[in-house]
Amino acid sequence: MKYDRFVDLVVIGGGPAGLSTAISAKKNGIDDILLLERELCLGGILNQCIHDGFGLHLFKENLTGPEYAQKQIDELKTLNISYLTDAMVINLTKSKELEFIHRTGHKLIKAKAVILAMGCRERTRFNIQIPGTRPSGIYTAGTAQNLVNLQNIKIGKNILILGSGDIGLIMARRLTLEGMNIAGVYEIMSYTAGLERNIQQCLNDYSIPLFLSSTVTEIFGKGRIEGVNIGKVDKDLKPITHSERFVKCDTLLLSVGLIPENELSKKAGVKITDFTGGAVVDSELQTNIEGIFSCGNVLQIHDLADYASLEAKRAGYFAARYIKSKQKRYNRYKINFCEKIKYASPNYIVENKEAIIVSFRIKKPAKNVVLIVKDRENNILVKKKFIRLLPSELIQIKLEREVKSDIYLEIE
Amino acid sequence: MCKNPYDVIIIGAGVVGCACGRELSKYKLNVAVLEKNTDVSEGISKGNSGVVHAGFYVPYGTLKARTNVEGFFAIPKLAAELNFPYKKIGKLVISNDKYGLTELKRLKEAGDKNGCIGLEIITEKQISHIEPKVKAKYALFSKETAIISPYLFTIALVENALKNGVDFFLNHEVIKIWKDKEFFVQTKKDTFHSKWLINAAGLYSDKISCLAGDKNHKIFPCRGEYLVTDKDNEKIINRMIYPIPPKDGASLGVHITPTTDGNILIGPSAEFINNYGLENTKQFLNEMKEDAFKMVPELKRLPIIRTYSGIRPKLIYAKTKKDFRDFVIEESKTVPKLINIIGIESPGLAAAPAIANLVLNIIGNKENLNKNEQFDAYDPKKPDFQSLSVEEKKELIKKNPDFGEIICRCETITKGELLNAINNPLGVKTLDGIKRRCRAGMGRCQGGFCTPRTIKILRKEYGIKEKDILKNENNSNLFFGKIKE
Ligand SMILES: Cc1cc2nc3c(=O)[nH]c(=O)nc-3n(C[C@H](O)[C@H](O)[C@H](O)COP(=O)(O)OP(=O)(O)OC[C@H]3O[C@@H](n4cnc5c(N)ncnc54)[C@H](O)[C@@H]3O)c2cc1C
Ligand SMILES: Cc1cc2nc3c(=O)[nH]c(=O)nc-3n(C[C@H](O)[C@H](O)[C@H](O)COP(=O)(O)OP(=O)(O)OC[C@H]3O[C@@H](n4cnc5c(N)ncnc54)[C@H](O)[C@@H]3O)c2cc1C
Repeated sequence: MKYDRFVDLVVIGGGPAGLSTAISAKKNGIDDILLLERELCLGGILNQCIHDGFGLHLFKENLTGPEYAQKQIDELKTLNISYLTDAMVINLTKSKELEFIHRTGHKLIKAKAVILAMGCRERTRFNIQIPGTRPSGIYTAGTAQNLVNLQNIKIGKNILILGSGDIGLIMARRLTLEGMNIAGVYEIMSYTAGLERNIQQCLNDYSIPLFLSSTVTEIFGKGRIEGVNIGKVDKDLKPITHSERFVKCDTLLLSVGLIPENELSKKAGVKITDFTGGAVVDSELQTNIEGIFSCGNVLQIHDLADYASLEAKRAGYFAARYIKSKQKRYNRYKINFCEKIKYASPNYIVENKEAIIVSFRIKKPAKNVVLIVKDRENNILVKKKFIRLLPSELIQIKLEREVKSDIYLEIE
Repeated sequence: MCKNPYDVIIIGAGVVGCACGRELSKYKLNVAVLEKNTDVSEGISKGNSGVVHAGFYVPYGTLKARTNVEGFFAIPKLAAELNFPYKKIGKLVISNDKYGLTELKRLKEAGDKNGCIGLEIITEKQISHIEPKVKAKYALFSKETAIISPYLFTIALVENALKNGVDFFLNHEVIKIWKDKEFFVQTKKDTFHSKWLINAAGLYSDKISCLAGDKNHKIFPCRGEYLVTDKDNEKIINRMIYPIPPKDGASLGVHITPTTDGNILIGPSAEFINNYGLENTKQFLNEMKEDAFKMVPELKRLPIIRTYSGIRPKLIYAKTKKDFRDFVIEESKTVPKLINIIGIESPGLAAAPAIANLVLNIIGNKENLNKNEQFDAYDPKKPDFQSLSVEEKKELIKKNPDFGEIICRCETITKGELLNAINNPLGVKTLDGIKRRCRAGMGRCQGGFCTPRTIKILRKEYGIKEKDILKNENNSNLFFGKIKE
């Protein structure tokens, strides 16, 4: 193969994770970095998130999405990190060869290390197989956010939202502010998927009704959507017979989950776990393919951009260390978790002297519980009390002590 | 350019009407195709399995058998001329018991008699050799059964017919027909007249026949639903996998069909309905998955990215296989020069070229047909970025930078391909029309990524107002306008 270029580190994706990881790698001594972003500008999904609430953790400031992104972009530029926008990576191999295309041509590059930071995509009505007709007027909340915030398009007048994910909640408020009616937010679970603060600030403050244990059971309309049937479900999520009622709407927004965008990773042979849809990684955020790292929403869905950036910062540090040392992989221990936990990341621990960060998500809301992290000898590594744990929150814990065996996360 | 009066008017721009149009364009005839929808192939021709059947499901001596086998041999030649996706991947009809084996033998015999080639009965060992993920004791292996993209096939026929002088009128629903020596055909927009009238209106062909004065036909709509999986990159299966056809004769049974793009179709169901509704139902979506997973359990791993449905125009409310009804392809017994094409259910897609040929013969028997010397049978292949080699990709972007800009992330569709699709010769600008022509929006995110980009191009580069952009049919407007003027 004839390469157009050799690079130490390629970062795929220029959202908060990609920007942060590139900055961190540079600060940790890697000069030869190329960040590739398929959009026309850097910033990732933040460019369409014109509301505030970003940066509270990373910058200790309340910023809008674009403001948050701009801070990182400015730093990237100050550090002279090279990047290319409008450049889409279309292929990646396990020997870290990348193909990308740009209006100026098709390029083949070879990298020493690659950091995956491609973000996620949204679940569609077909992924969850909502029966009924297939008219126009059905959008995922993120697509609607793009059309409304970036293209000034009026997507509907009377809008029903299925799913209480954060993007749906944010859009409920946004569309209300633009004078559209929200026919209600419907959530199949008995609790919300979005953050508590968004329920308060986006729904309650605007008197937008929220219906739990309810879902869309059928879509009606020829041409444009005309309404949906809403049905109640029991605690096993089974539809309750005769609970269906028709609700009129001219638009349906779906906020029913995000899927890490790992098609490219799979091409390189990166192993994906069914728990998160993200890569199987070790505590250095390295995947099963040596020299390929993963962070941000492509690794696991983060509820806050700040956390995606912080995780990415660590990926940049470890990738830099990998490039400089080219060390062989260490022994690895497994991270196991109990029934009550939906998933924990990373999947493995690399034997090292540094603090390890483990994040996890609970399956169902719980009150007054204790998280215990044990090693194989039942030594307690961490014990932490939680007054309340919600599935919408990704919890991070730090293991300060050196780990020398598999560990187990337990909720009591 | 309207050449009213016409020699021939064809009602319906599905695969059948379009195949007729292209066939007739080989002769010096003025031909018009009238279609009520905003695009061609918006009827049955978009909602099917896309299989070029080899010809073993249909009884010997029938029009179905004859047109199927003839069409089967004609389609690869057409694919070479017109460059639509065609792949001869083969099919297994599988069974696990002795009853099934006799059925398989019966199918093979019927096929052999119909002139269908490449049929063989194989057993467990051979099956697991060619399809390791399929567990079955017996199978009828049809090496020659092929798949096509049904809408790209139809579009290819249209574009070639257009080039050879056929006029297409979209958004022209026929509402009235009368005859005074010649036919007068009134649509919602205009009136046309012609010597010959071809009724290729698919599901509505009984109604058109009625409007034209022949009340002897009735169609019983029978819906078939489908699920589409994400691309089968690991090649769980390589061929079509079919069950023994159910006893009611309404369908071939829920089957597993790879598409020319690498996805897998699961379906169809068979449900007689009393309207033309294309909805998907929870019951059938669930049942079909179960049926398919029984044949190939590993399919469970592939995410479902889409559901759809199509409707069979049946001539009988079938209960048993004995209730067989043949295609109707004939000059009406009561209305001379009205050619009725009615009841074109499966294998209508495979049979379309042969149906067109039959229609040509009916006209040729009464008219002196002269060859169109300018007829050009060929249409060049449009660039398909994803299928190119590295060198070809480099070359293409160098020539036209639009091929270096991605519009659809899931299918890797470039702006160059999108613009080719938007600039289609029929002038179709609906989102679904563009999607079918270039696949932008057909992938796993179902347009979440490319819709905003396509919309931007339609607005900025083609000056189409947001409120005027349609998904498919009239009234399917995507937006209500701007938020702030
Ligand atoms: C629609 C939406 C709305 C959200 N709203 C909020 C919110 O209000 N508040 C909040 O705190 N969090 C929000 N989040 C979550 C938060 O933004 C994410 O946690 C964060 O953006 C994740 O950062 P990331 O860099 O991993 O992904 P992204 O921001 O998605 O960035 C990934 C980037 O990679 C690029 N890319 C992908 N594939 C390729 C490729 N093959 N080649 C080149 N480039 C590629 C993409 O174009 C994109 O720019 C939202 C997320 C989504 C999807
Ligand atoms: C579930 C299913 C699976 C199938 N699978 C296969 C398969 O694998 N292989 C195969 O060979 N065949 C298959 N078929 C059959 C095949 O799809 C059909 O035979 C074929 O598409 C019929 O084409 P058509 O042109 O007759 O109908 P259509 O495509 O419906 O075309 C008729 C056109 O007439 C138009 N029209 C109707 N009324 C009017 C009016 N008043 N004015 C103007 N225009 C009008 C309609 O809008 C439509 O576009 C399948 C069918 C179904 C339903």
